[in-house]
Amino acid sequence: MSQAVLKSAAAADERLARRSPLRRLAGRPEFGALLGAAVLFAFFSVVADAFLRASSFSTVLYAASTFGIMAVSVALLMIGGEFDLSAGVMVTTGALVAALVSYQLTLNVWVGVVISLVVTLGLGLLNGLLYVRTGLPSFIVTLGTFLMLAGANLGVTKLVTGNVASDSIRDMDGFDAARAVFAADLDVGGVRVNVTVLWWLLFVAVATWILLRTRTGNWIFACGGAPGSARAVGVPVARVKVGLFMGVAFTAWFSGMHLLFAYSSVQSGEGVGNEFYYIICAVIGGCLLTGGYGSAIGAAIGAFIFGMTSKGIVYAEWNPDWFKFFLGAMLLLATVVNLVVRRRAEPSR
Amino acid sequence: MTGSGSAPLVRLTGVGKNYGNVIALREVDLQVSAGEVTCVLGDNGAGKSTLIKIVAGLHRHDTGTYEVEGRRVSLASPREALDLGIATVYQDLAVVPLMPVWRNFFLGSEKRRGLGRLDVPYMRRTTRSELLGMGIDLRDVDQPIGTLSGGERQCVAIARAVHFGAKVLVLDEPTAALGVKQAGVVLRYIVQARERGLGVILITHNPHHAYPVGDRFLILNRGRVIGHHTKDEITREELTALMAGGAELEQLAHELEHTASGAAAARELAKGAEDLRPPPAP
Repeated sequence: MSQAVLKSAAAADERLARRSPLRRLAGRPEFGALLGAAVLFAFFSVVADAFLRASSFSTVLYAASTFGIMAVSVALLMIGGEFDLSAGVMVTTGALVAALVSYQLTLNVWVGVVISLVVTLGLGLLNGLLYVRTGLPSFIVTLGTFLMLAGANLGVTKLVTGNVASDSIRDMDGFDAARAVFAADLDVGGVRVNVTVLWWLLFVAVATWILLRTRTGNWIFACGGAPGSARAVGVPVARVKVGLFMGVAFTAWFSGMHLLFAYSSVQSGEGVGNEFYYIICAVIGGCLLTGGYGSAIGAAIGAFIFGMTSKGIVYAEWNPDWFKFFLGAMLLLATVVNLVVRRRAEPSR
Repeated sequence: MTGSGSAPLVRLTGVGKNYGNVIALREVDLQVSAGEVTCVLGDNGAGKSTLIKIVAGLHRHDTGTYEVEGRRVSLASPREALDLGIATVYQDLAVVPLMPVWRNFFLGSEKRRGLGRLDVPYMRRTTRSELLGMGIDLRDVDQPIGTLSGGERQCVAIARAVHFGAKVLVLDEPTAALGVKQAGVVLRYIVQARERGLGVILITHNPHHAYPVGDRFLILNRGRVIGHHTKDEITREELTALMAGGAELEQLAHELEHTASGAAAARELAKGAEDLRPPPAP
């Protein structure tokens, strides 16, 4: 029998045509986004003279990183088959909690940072548990928490400060150290790069490792692709999904901290609508709306496209109103590419 | 397996099951030994699914005895059945179409090295060799399992059950949704599993699929056994006839007559319509 196996192994190898690296790349979820990013880069390089300057590039990267950090966890959640519409305002909630707690109780800002982390993770847990327990679509559950948070952000801030913004915490203990962690400007070869860019790359790397090289990653794909099958082979689907909602909450906390320490005070009405930009980054990057397919690197490329488009239009000295038009077109294009991918992978009966 | 080669892997004796006042199964005997395929045949509603649910541990039997390797058991969950080496492959197969074959193969039982890291090379290699060992050479274990044909997917699901320690395979209508060629792939695979020394319980309503691979045939009708034969006792024709079942065969003939006259009437109508229609374009 072992000889038969050997023989058929050799036969199998013969049948396996060597695929060129380019073809292999084309099969990856982020391929469409990579192509789009290259085209867009070339396009803005031609139409906007300022675009190719190092300082401009760093501005593009900064814009990409602020959305990219959220897009990473939102992409993981989407691969797991769910949405989180509260992600945008949760960033503001995280920032507000830290600002209000530190200021009102005159505490070291790091205490506010930690309390904010606990509160934000709690919100993620709430989203997850609401979804798991009610069995409602996550779209509805998080639409509810989105509205509640948006209202609470404004209401609580006005109640506490009498204003729509939190008070500045610039001269409070620990501010400088926290700023160095969450919002420092680094000097990289004469170009100022915000530290969020590094955090962004780190988060993308960690998420990619989780997705492709850990059991949890396997489970995330399975939960999004076929939850019934996943459950049947012993994957704890509910636990995975709750964890993914908490992952979104974690990056929301991180983004909130960046917001707070970059500007030292927070506008309580901010963040509304950003949740769609995160989802758009993930979708442009190759995540399927229906779950089970996508990558963190794709979401990063999606965020990069987002950053290029938003800043490129400014450098090209166009009316910024066209930004949304561009983004919409990119989104449609990306979705069509995704559809083709999905068709190819669908059961061929 | 443990020296007591004489005891069959699974033996049901006089097993019955009621759902409230509905008697779903009555006095059923079934056995499968290592290296043997037992086919359970029957029309819809004959009690096939109730029978496999008892074997798989989804339901407890009410009467009779259920023995695994000579030991009496009463299974409370599919997990218990799995621990005894009884794996059931259901029709939906429990695979995730967009995931690579090897990830599907190990889903829920991933092999890990330190730090929670997946042992990817091992899993790729094992998936390939397990499938090869059963006569399926996949071009690429990294392709999404959804790109495989229905028959190949069925085979992967079966190979997965075998790899994770199944001694008895319970296959629920594995050929029902497949074309002729793909059904052939699955049947060949069942023979492979038998040659590896597994016991197979094959549930089907197709005697043409059951006859070539089966060693024993259990025919159910309305929750009762209407025939239990080994292969040398019965021909394919007899098996087919038994499936339809004595009196019901008459009924069937009657119905056919009905439809035959109906068909004749339809032909008449079609002919009349044909005359009125212009000739079809070439």
